[in-house]
Amino acid sequence: MYNLIGAGLIVIGGGIGLGQIGGKAMESIARQPEAAGKIQTAMIIIGALLEGLAFGALILGK
Amino acid sequence: MLLFRKEIMIAKQSIKFLVVLFTLTTTLTAFANGGDHENQHTKGNQVDSPDEIREYISHHLKDSHDFHFYSDNATGRHFSFPLPVIVWTSEGLRTFMSSEFHHDDAGHVIVEKDGVKLTKIHSKIHELEAGAHQVKFDEYHHAVNAHRVLDFSITKSVFGMLLAGLLMLLGFGALARSYKKGHVPTGIGRFLEPLVIYVRDEIAKPNIGEKKYRKFMGFLLTVFFFIWILNLLGLTPLGFNVTGQIAVTACLAIFTMLIYMFSGSKDFWAHTLWMPGVPYLLRIPLAIIELVGFVLIKPFSLLVRLFANMTAGHFVVMSLIALMITMKEAFGPVTSTGMSLVLALFISVIEILVAFLQAFIFTMLSSLFIGMAVEEHDHH
Repeated sequence: MYNLIGAGLIVIGGGIGLGQIGGKAMESIARQPEAAGKIQTAMIIIGALLEGLAFGALILGK
Repeated sequence: MLLFRKEIMIAKQSIKFLVVLFTLTTTLTAFANGGDHENQHTKGNQVDSPDEIREYISHHLKDSHDFHFYSDNATGRHFSFPLPVIVWTSEGLRTFMSSEFHHDDAGHVIVEKDGVKLTKIHSKIHELEAGAHQVKFDEYHHAVNAHRVLDFSITKSVFGMLLAGLLMLLGFGALARSYKKGHVPTGIGRFLEPLVIYVRDEIAKPNIGEKKYRKFMGFLLTVFFFIWILNLLGLTPLGFNVTGQIAVTACLAIFTMLIYMFSGSKDFWAHTLWMPGVPYLLRIPLAIIELVGFVLIKPFSLLVRLFANMTAGHFVVMSLIALMITMKEAFGPVTSTGMSLVLALFISVIEILVAFLQAFIFTMLSSLFIGMAVEEHDHH
């Protein structure tokens, strides 16, 4: 039971984090459209790291 | 251009070598996958209630010994084709086709091969103890008088990996051969060349560095195309779920881990084991944290990311297809079928993107870790 709550909390945190990454990336692409490629790559890498954390919590908390 | 041709020749050789290595090692590990919480099927494989749908999906997510398309409930006929079973029993090697089990998955059908009695329970092949004629189960539904055997069967996942290896050999063989005729590739090579250049220029060079990236191109290209082809195979109606098998992704992640550990530069080891510029007392805990990070956490996050993404994708697609059964009562057959088809199509299109994205991320993070290991620092 508690492991499920913990996993849920981590997934909520991951969701907030992904939203922040996506939103900030959008903002910075709008400010500097010529750097869009670099920003996208960095965004995907950080998103993937965060996603790994959330999935780890899901697998371990199941 | 000349530089690029030389590179392709190197890539070609290492791709061939790695494909052989991969298929060999992943074949050996594929039998170790799966959990044991899986239930029996109903007699005609009829899927109606939510419980049966859950069973059906969890069965699909696992590896199996045959390709099963559908069953006719009225006649009880199964439409499928078998795959070879290769097992190492207490009496030695036994091989036969999986059709001899007659789609039984609960230990009812017992196949006798030269004195060895074999049966299939929850997609795992068990050998009966001497003198036993029937499988006995305890209250937790574990077999009492049967034990697991070493299973080297060409299962669905192994078949998928062999198919991906064959496709890569044919495609990249054609690409490499077309460079002998001229600078511009022909046929399938025209599709593959931009992807190879993409992996080189967008993934390997920025992360590993201009000087050292070439040594790792073979591995990165192989991993990229292996994962991508298998992810796309998972979207076909054949029902592959190879990159959703944790043994396969673990094997790929262990490859990455071994490569970056063994290609680490002097500076990498110095910074990992005895971090300069830090108080002496802090250096030992830091070394432990760094080592655990490189040996355990980085490969673990790599393998879990790919496994969980692909499993979740298959789960969502199959659940949306199952909507046509669960929503039939509420909306009627036509509306529920239409709804589930539209939603499943939508998610499948997203899955095509995810298939590429996961291959890209695995390759990207692999090259990032390799780049961390081979980097040489300036001494101040």
